[in-house]
Amino acid sequence: MAMLTAKKVTKRFGEFTALNAVSLQVSEQSIFGLLGPNGAGKTTLIRIINQITGPDEGEVLLNDKPLKPDHTAIIGYLPEERGLYKKMKVGEQAIYLAQLKGLSHFDAVKRLKHWFEKFEIEAWWGKKVEELSKGMQQKVQFIITVVHEPKLLIFDEPFSGFDPINVNLLRDEILELRRNGSTIIFSTHNMASVEELCDDIVLINKANKILDGNVKQIRQQHFDNTYNLRYRNHDGDLKTLLAPGFELISNSSDDELYSATIRIPKESGSMELLQSVLPHLSIASFEEVIPSMNDIFISKVNAVNANSILES
Amino acid sequence: MPIPFLNPDQFRDMNKIFLIIRREYLTRVRKRSFVVMTILGPILMALIFILPVYLATRQDEKRQIQVIDETGWFAPKFENTGNYQFIPISLSLEEAKKNLGSDPNSAVLYIPATHLSVPDKAVIYSDDPPTLNLKGYITNTMSREIEKHKLAAEIRKEILHTSPGLQSASDTAHEDLMSETILKNIHTDVDLTSIKVSEGGTEQKSYTEAYMIAGWFFSFLIYMFIFLFGAQVMRGVIEEKTNRIVEVIVSSVKPFQLMLGKIVGVAMVGLTQFILWVLFTATIIITVQQAFPEKFKVQGANNESSISSQVNPQQAPNAAVIQAQENGDKANVVLDAISSINFPVLISAFIFYFIGGYLLYGALFAAIGSAVDNETDTQQFMLPITVPLIFAFVVAQSVINNPQGSMAIWLSMIPFTSPVIMMVRIPFGVPYWQLATSMVLLIAGFMLTTWVASRIYRTGILMYGKKVNYHELWKWIRYRG
Repeated sequence: MAMLTAKKVTKRFGEFTALNAVSLQVSEQSIFGLLGPNGAGKTTLIRIINQITGPDEGEVLLNDKPLKPDHTAIIGYLPEERGLYKKMKVGEQAIYLAQLKGLSHFDAVKRLKHWFEKFEIEAWWGKKVEELSKGMQQKVQFIITVVHEPKLLIFDEPFSGFDPINVNLLRDEILELRRNGSTIIFSTHNMASVEELCDDIVLINKANKILDGNVKQIRQQHFDNTYNLRYRNHDGDLKTLLAPGFELISNSSDDELYSATIRIPKESGSMELLQSVLPHLSIASFEEVIPSMNDIFISKVNAVNANSILES
Repeated sequence: MPIPFLNPDQFRDMNKIFLIIRREYLTRVRKRSFVVMTILGPILMALIFILPVYLATRQDEKRQIQVIDETGWFAPKFENTGNYQFIPISLSLEEAKKNLGSDPNSAVLYIPATHLSVPDKAVIYSDDPPTLNLKGYITNTMSREIEKHKLAAEIRKEILHTSPGLQSASDTAHEDLMSETILKNIHTDVDLTSIKVSEGGTEQKSYTEAYMIAGWFFSFLIYMFIFLFGAQVMRGVIEEKTNRIVEVIVSSVKPFQLMLGKIVGVAMVGLTQFILWVLFTATIIITVQQAFPEKFKVQGANNESSISSQVNPQQAPNAAVIQAQENGDKANVVLDAISSINFPVLISAFIFYFIGGYLLYGALFAAIGSAVDNETDTQQFMLPITVPLIFAFVVAQSVINNPQGSMAIWLSMIPFTSPVIMMVRIPFGVPYWQLATSMVLLIAGFMLTTWVASRIYRTGILMYGKKVNYHELWKWIRYRG
């Protein structure tokens, strides 16, 4: 079932179009990647979902109902540009922001204390924000985002500013939030974390959606019959062993093993490739090269941009 | 419990605005600078009130007092001190006054003769009002002398009454004679009035001065408060923007709520400060008055004369005294003038124009804060705000001289200048229809600026690293929600 649906959402600022009829669907309890180069319109879309700004055309449904003001209480948002009041005490500030999300003072204190214990940062409660390091502030900010137990969480570049240990901590928390029933929209430029965490993605470029779907399926769809072959003894040139139409993309070696990347024509199968090299090589491993999200991102965006240059 | 006439959404919105107001208010009143201002302000203001009184009671320059004593009782009794030289003269009052001219170091003390009662009235003529010290010395000397005469008379009366045979009072009898009734009978208050000689119209002039001072004081307060607290709103908005906390907050509340909460919160800080100033200033002045009561007798002058006329009801007041009482001394004139100002109107108008003017400008300050990335960038947008305010404050000086002129009336109608200009006019009296029109226009004015400001604000707070100009602001105002 869809937690969030955007239908042909368009947003313009004067002459500039920030979003052009973008549609997407986020299923419940999934982690959804919102991808795109800088300035593509991701933040505008996130702001529309948060009702910070409204769409010019189209609509956004949350649990199949059009967005309305009290939906802010079930959304948690960690913006990319984030910060806290520097002169205010950590605890007081967290209570204030939790109350703005609709929690009572009593509930806010109770839940915040719980989170502060969980992160082992109780000692920070009475400190001013300016006394904390950047990473510490990010932790407090994360707690503030989730303290009202939102059904929908929106993280914009959540890992920036964290050291690797805290990145792990945060990733585990995000996965636990999902297990506990939250739906998560996740915007990042870190494609490795997209592959690791996201179920579905949408790729936006220059206000337009250029790709969406399940991460695994997308990667499978973009499989272009490229294989990686690792082998030992080598008599003769690998290139001469390959049938015509088979393309040797790279061939390198370390001390013991050679590693070759080979792309074969669509109509051929992996068996043909194996049969042609098996008699000559001692094969250590043979596998499909599934393109990374990084590669797909770059090739998709470049293709679209090249087209638009050609058109103009 | 939801308030019955609000639906749940409105109740939640109100609650959030209240939370924002509370935060804005508490973080500011807890600041050290607020505490320091709250303490320093009243001390300065109390000084403004106390200093003139202190100066009036300070040691005089050397002064020559010509004494025309028609009774012959007192002239020899005034002793020359380091500061005062008393010279008995035998000229008539008119001649003496003519000779006096406008020499600030001379004065004429006139003690008129009386026929049916003790001579307990005197008038002092001078260009410069006499100090309380001098007046105190004259009245003391006179009342001591009168009391001496009265005592002698009482003793004579008692002796004749109780033991007519005796030629003189014995020591034992004398003790009885000093009864309480005698002490009461002989007690005398001397009524000394001071009159400024140089020109007539003193009274009217002092009234105008008091109105001018009151008007100028309150319009300055409004001018200062708008700048002071408007700048606080602007800095608060910039702080939220540079902290990058604003996007977190506007995901919970509407930008308009955040802006309004901040403006109202800061307004309440301003009102708190004003009320604390008034209370502390009053406390300081009252404490000082209690500690040095003899220096603040000016207010009691009228009462003294009424007591003295009770003591001597049969005395026909002479012409000079009537004139003196009509004119009063300068301090009394100022006090009369101040009490002739309609304070309930003045204070409620002050609060209304402070809040109205502050809301009008505060919204614009908030809009500027939202459009820039740091305080140094605010300069280019400050001009349209500061120009009308400073203009109003400068023009206020000439409005004081012509408070019913057409410029005064027009500028007290335009919302951008009315808070400052109207406060100048109110002590002189303003027709109610003008006051009402001006107030309605001010309300309409701040609703307009708040609307415009909120359009700029909601776009501006989320816009980073962009050089903004007026054209850009105009585009923001026209963006759809």
